[in-house]
Amino acid sequence: MTDAEDLRRRTAELLAAHPPATTAPLDFLRARFDAGLAWIHYPEGLGGLDAPRALQPVVDALLADAGAPGNDPGRNGIGLGMAAPTILRYGTDEQKRRFLRPLWTGEEVWCQLFSEPGAGSDLAALATRARRVDDGWVVDGQKVWTSGAHQARWAILLARTDPGLPKHRGISYFVCDMTAPGVDVRPLRQITGEAEFNEVFLTGVAIPDTHRLGEVGEGWQVARTTLMNERVAIGGARIPREGGMIGLAAADWRARPALRTHDLHQRLLTLWVDAEVARLTGERLRQQLAKGQPGPEGSGMKLAFARLAQQISGWSVEFLAEDGLTYDDWMLRRPESVDFTGRQAGYRYLRAKGNSIEGGTSEVLLNIVAERVLGLPPEPRTDKDVAWKDLPR
Amino acid sequence: MTTDPTAPGSAPDLLYSEEEDALRAAVRALLADRADPATVLAGLESETPYDTGLWRALATDIGAAGLLVPEALGGQGASAREAAVVLEELGRAVTPVPYLTSAVLAVTALLGCDPAAGEPAGLLAALAAGRTVGVLAVPLPTAPDGAAFEGVRAAADGTLTGRVTSVADAAAAGLLLVPAQGPGGPALYAVEAASDGVRTDTVTPLDLTRPLAHITFDGAPGRLLATGDRARTAVAHALLTGAGLLASEQLGVAEWCLAETVRHTAQRTQFGRPVGSFQALKHRMAALWLEVASARAAARGAAGALATGGPDAPVAVAVAQAYCAPVAVHAAEECVQLHGGIGMTWEHPAHLFLKRAKTDEIALGTPGRHREALAGLVDLAAP
Repeated sequence: MTDAEDLRRRTAELLAAHPPATTAPLDFLRARFDAGLAWIHYPEGLGGLDAPRALQPVVDALLADAGAPGNDPGRNGIGLGMAAPTILRYGTDEQKRRFLRPLWTGEEVWCQLFSEPGAGSDLAALATRARRVDDGWVVDGQKVWTSGAHQARWAILLARTDPGLPKHRGISYFVCDMTAPGVDVRPLRQITGEAEFNEVFLTGVAIPDTHRLGEVGEGWQVARTTLMNERVAIGGARIPREGGMIGLAAADWRARPALRTHDLHQRLLTLWVDAEVARLTGERLRQQLAKGQPGPEGSGMKLAFARLAQQISGWSVEFLAEDGLTYDDWMLRRPESVDFTGRQAGYRYLRAKGNSIEGGTSEVLLNIVAERVLGLPPEPRTDKDVAWKDLPR
Repeated sequence: MTTDPTAPGSAPDLLYSEEEDALRAAVRALLADRADPATVLAGLESETPYDTGLWRALATDIGAAGLLVPEALGGQGASAREAAVVLEELGRAVTPVPYLTSAVLAVTALLGCDPAAGEPAGLLAALAAGRTVGVLAVPLPTAPDGAAFEGVRAAADGTLTGRVTSVADAAAAGLLLVPAQGPGGPALYAVEAASDGVRTDTVTPLDLTRPLAHITFDGAPGRLLATGDRARTAVAHALLTGAGLLASEQLGVAEWCLAETVRHTAQRTQFGRPVGSFQALKHRMAALWLEVASARAAARGAAGALATGGPDAPVAVAVAQAYCAPVAVHAAEECVQLHGGIGMTWEHPAHLFLKRAKTDEIALGTPGRHREALAGLVDLAAP
């Protein structure tokens, strides 16, 4: 088993062989991957050492101290957080070798072609078709809410391969080449004025069978791995007291005494308490994970985060009074990564509206908590055993 | 954890240790055996203020009364974390025992006096062993920064005169710890409840599981325990500790209410399906679950801050009280509503939890009082 001492030694060797000051960033990242120090819990030969994930900070800290370049994970969140674990679990040896290294180094950005205009909360109802041809598949359909599609080299794609089966059973999981003919990416402008996301139209897109992940018809099980990792990623970051939006609201309150009212004071204090308790709840979850006792609290953290972000940003716009009437600008931007707290209060207020929709609506998450955590009986379902083609749409 | 648990903004250990789990199991087994809801309900209409046999088993046999008392003074030498676990269980069962009042408030007040002095040490040993029930004679609503020394005057010879209203568990107490204005300012006195010059008038309480009484002192003999800043700090720290650990009791109340509501709605059938399968209900229970999970982090945060004794404790306690008190009330109100008609009956124990939750919301500072305290503590000044 690789221990911290071994990791320190390997990291020192990497730094000696490839001094960050004189090595091109991409060359360094490739060398780091090949040394097994990219994500140490991955297998040897695929950027890791089969080492405990908890030891990754040992490597990261040494490399940061040495001024080594990073792989800018914010730019490839879908790739690192969702595509990679799915490829690792379901990919063939050839797929792992081909995709994981440039994914990790950031040479190839990934996006996710899951949601459709007719399949949001009910993702398994998706209608994009993949038809079998001699040496692979031809895909037709429309995807939506695809972040990074305009920068992505590859996509993870869910498509229906058998409409005659009930909806969860007729789906397969593919890797789609975003540069292939028939892939048309169009910006999807949102209420903030910018376009973080895209609509992706797929018209006769050819995908070789070697780019299928998992068995034909088992795409839903494969997608569950992807979505599980999405929830882990969302609940992950550690924040200090007054971190995030509440810190901005508190700073505004301290800086603008002329705008203070008793009503806003009471509400700010309530939000401050809620934000601090959400921070402690996240911290408790992390302590449980560190002890190897994951609790179900993760399912709830996104709910709490979304509600808080919306309430605090709404408070901020109201507090700012005349300044709250203004907006920084409505230009159609194409941000590379999203920063919920990066712009002024009006932007934060509008962007936070998405927090209770993206990555599972709050209503669906409440169902999940009720049924999987509390064990309450499910709603009666009329769509489970019916062929997808016979479902009302 | 490698972070400094006393630094503002960091978080102490928010989990439960194996020892705490074992303590919880012992208390839970005792309460399941001796204080199930039907037994509690029946006991409330008897004349005895609390079940002395149950108190002995909890306080003496399990040793819960002495958790906060150092071993050298006859206690268990544990911390606020362990006492919090006991209070979670007592909240889950709305057990009518004077634990918060005697083993937390009175004990902490005595620890704030000079514990090396003979008088406080002897009293602590008696409380720790569960031989004596003591209460701090302050109105139950008193917040940690509230006025506790107003109602009673002390003469130079220690004779006390005055009145303290709404003291929890006063009728059960043998020992009263009385904050008073003495000749040289604030001071804390010990008074035997059975002394001449002490009259205890019971109140009909909203929450029958935590009896209240007004205490009148008319020339009652008091023994001086502490004066001046030491007395003030001892009482304030007792109230802070009580408020912080009350959050764990509120967590226990909320936990029981949620579990009972889930159990009921998963079984109760209307319109041909369990009512718990309707989204309108399950969303309410899921939202409550998140509140309870959050209340656990807040309550553990307060217990941990009190246990380490760092400067962040007042913030952690105010956060926990401001958050947990409304969660317990919400859980109890949902419990009554989602039980439908049965939740409105005297026979079903839901009302005991509702009454405890609503009383706990007022006890040791309302949520609003704690938020006001936070405004000063975290630099969010009022207009």
